[in-house]
Amino acid sequence: MKIQRCKGMRDLSPSEMAAFRHVEGICRDCFLKWGYQEVRTPTIEYLHLFTSAGTLTPGMLGKVYSFLDWDGWSGERVVLRPDGTIPVARLYTESLQDKGLARLFYAANVFRFEEAGEKPRERWQCGAELIGAESPIVGAELITLSLEALKKLGLKDVELRLSHAGLIKALLEKLGLSSEEQHRTFDLILDGDATALAEVGRESPELERLLRPLLSLKGQTAVFLRNQRTLFTSNMPEIIPPLDDFLETVALLDNLGIKYRINIASGAGFEYYTGVIFQFFIGGEKVGGGGRYDALIPSMGGGDVPASGFALYLDNIIGLVKPETLAGKSQARVLVKAADVDTIKEVFKVANTLRQAGYIAEIDLDGQGKGIDRILEVRQKEPVFTLIDSRKSTRSGFNTMTDVLKSLEANRAD
Amino acid sequence: MPIKLALPKGRLLRRTAAMFQKADWGIDDYHSRTGFYRPRSQRFPDLLLRVFHEKDIPIQVAMGNYDLGICCLDWIEELLVKYPGSDIVRVQDLTYGRGTLYAASAAPPEELFTNGTHLRIASEYPNLAESFALRKRLSRFSIFPVWGAAEVYPPENADVVLLAAGDGSELADYGMVPAGRVLDFSAYLIANRDSWKSREHDNIVTSVCETVTGGDKKSSESRDMSPAGIPRRFNITKASPEAVRMALPDGHQQQPAVALLQRAGIEIDDYPSETSNRRPKINIPGVSVKVIRPQDMPQQVASGNFDLALTGRDWLNEHLAQFPSSPVEELVDLKLAKVRMVSVVSQELAVDDTAGLRRFAMENEEPLRIASEYVNIADKYARDNHLGHYRVIPTWGATEAFLPEDADLLIENTETGRTIARHNLKIIDTLFESTGCIIGNKNNKNDKRKTKIIKDIVKRLGDAIEVPE
Repeated sequence: MKIQRCKGMRDLSPSEMAAFRHVEGICRDCFLKWGYQEVRTPTIEYLHLFTSAGTLTPGMLGKVYSFLDWDGWSGERVVLRPDGTIPVARLYTESLQDKGLARLFYAANVFRFEEAGEKPRERWQCGAELIGAESPIVGAELITLSLEALKKLGLKDVELRLSHAGLIKALLEKLGLSSEEQHRTFDLILDGDATALAEVGRESPELERLLRPLLSLKGQTAVFLRNQRTLFTSNMPEIIPPLDDFLETVALLDNLGIKYRINIASGAGFEYYTGVIFQFFIGGEKVGGGGRYDALIPSMGGGDVPASGFALYLDNIIGLVKPETLAGKSQARVLVKAADVDTIKEVFKVANTLRQAGYIAEIDLDGQGKGIDRILEVRQKEPVFTLIDSRKSTRSGFNTMTDVLKSLEANRAD
Repeated sequence: MPIKLALPKGRLLRRTAAMFQKADWGIDDYHSRTGFYRPRSQRFPDLLLRVFHEKDIPIQVAMGNYDLGICCLDWIEELLVKYPGSDIVRVQDLTYGRGTLYAASAAPPEELFTNGTHLRIASEYPNLAESFALRKRLSRFSIFPVWGAAEVYPPENADVVLLAAGDGSELADYGMVPAGRVLDFSAYLIANRDSWKSREHDNIVTSVCETVTGGDKKSSESRDMSPAGIPRRFNITKASPEAVRMALPDGHQQQPAVALLQRAGIEIDDYPSETSNRRPKINIPGVSVKVIRPQDMPQQVASGNFDLALTGRDWLNEHLAQFPSSPVEELVDLKLAKVRMVSVVSQELAVDDTAGLRRFAMENEEPLRIASEYVNIADKYARDNHLGHYRVIPTWGATEAFLPEDADLLIENTETGRTIARHNLKIIDTLFESTGCIIGNKNNKNDKRKTKIIKDIVKRLGDAIEVPE
């Protein structure tokens, strides 16, 4: 019988885990400093939390791990959490609503089926949600926070792409599609089909003249959007409110000196977005994204609460972070060894003293402490402690732990 | 290794046999009702034929146990919609066995699909039902996978059903309207993807294709899903919500059930029904009856769709193995139709008990393959007996045909053990004895009026039990 891990699942080795904690730790630090508080939601949620119209696209729902729980005789299914934002919105609706404005963050795994098993089916993300505020500053805060975290991770050349879910929806309405088709095209765009919007635009020449520049995939600038706005004022007044909302965020980013690219026809897989959508790419790889989702909490019965959020994709980021950034300062290690059988109690005590002094102290088990340069031998006779530094090939004897610590401290730098 | 072809029992048997007769395959025994599942073809003597329940065929072909298979598209899609990477190639539309899979409801669909309503969907096609619900953007729904008789569930026990029908006119017979056309289907010749890439099937496939395309178009286009010749417009009056809702079994459990009900002085009009009437009348006021599959009864009672049901302990245990905290309980053992639930291996296997089975499972490189209609009992049995790395292959009957090639172990029920012996199989363990029983819902106890009626029925049936010698 061959033992192996499940297809599409991933182990993290000690070094990968150290890299993971490093990346997660930097994200946590940033989030905490901006006033976000950490939350954790369960791995299993009800399926219906994710099926309401305006939450996940059918493309995403088709990849959800759903099953009947041990008490699922009513036929109601549960899922392995396919997304980080919706459970946090659920948590807010269920138990934090009286708090009003909430800045929350999480580090969580999400599960989505990937057919070939080559892409991971379990992914980690670190995300922040800002719930209860309508101000356009929210978008700017979340984008700045994401960029700050990515910068602290030593990542360069982060490309920020902007779109607007409200604007996409308004455009689709103008294209004269049935509501079913609008829904389908919106989902295609959100699932990453960047040509979907351009396809439907081809049908009407008049609309095409007005919309084509908006739908085209390149060359969209804030100035361009402002100029286009004047055209729409008379022809398509419905487009104006979402466009103005978008321009407001864009103006703030300009003010803050943040560089971005506008690409209306690019979505982000989540149907719950209602306003600005932002995505981060490094060398063509998506490392995070987010946006405004004002309709999600109302759809859960949580009242008229606006919200925005984003997530950074830890698996992708870990692959991009340079090893030297990850190395960091590692704590000094000491192997504590009983030279006589009778000193084992003393060994445990000494190891504890070392740990309290800030060292990693491992207890020797039959001489297996490979790769540790400092060995502290403990014996009953004097000198009670012998400190061996194998790199310098030195042996020094001590009779008190105070002296041992002094010697270790003197050599700590190397 | 011979090419292996899986042939369907049931609704496609007659037309498939006719096709092979026309193609001059000279197949004996395909028609036989003696439970013989290994026919041979005179024209292709090297071809290994095996007869399965139609629903098992896509799974068997996808797993690579069979190179080729014949089954309808509805069962292929039921597999593919949940497991899109399944290794199935659709080779040829055989043009017979046509039908349509409808979503149907008793209420007008526009009233049903308003966002936020909790909808109960009953179907033999739970995967297609889930996909339908997701595409319809239903926010809250429950799927009741049923073994059959989905048409009798609405309006009291389900809001929507996914149902195979001919042209849809049958839906009106059941008092339903179509709420969506899910899939048009017909019989298909399918192949395993790897086998299709690497093995030569051309003489077999050519023979089938020539027969199909040279066939009589007119007759093959007629829809032949619903059994003909029976007037089927049923009188459907919605049961009162206060009634005690009782479920009686269809199939082979009917005869002993009827005899017992008669001895208890409980008269049920038109049961068993020659016209497949699934809503017979009972002579107890305040009680309504529906006829459904015994397999589906425990979950129906658990979810509060029925208050009591006459089923087998095998299906009750299957339900409890899946849902240990279910509120379903056995109210009275009717001592009807006694069978044993047994674990079975091939006579050629040097395994005589569970300890031997455990050794076999440990020494085997490949995972132990357990075929059963009772997937949750089989799963629990494998867990309880530490059978290591195992897989449960769900089947829909004719499970004996799986050994020894396509499974290592069966969990089966048997009355006399004769069928098992006839297939060169042996019993190595008895899990439990199963008899017919009445089941109810523990949570019903708060309703005094219902409890009184239920107690009365249980007592009358209990008093009428004939204890076998």
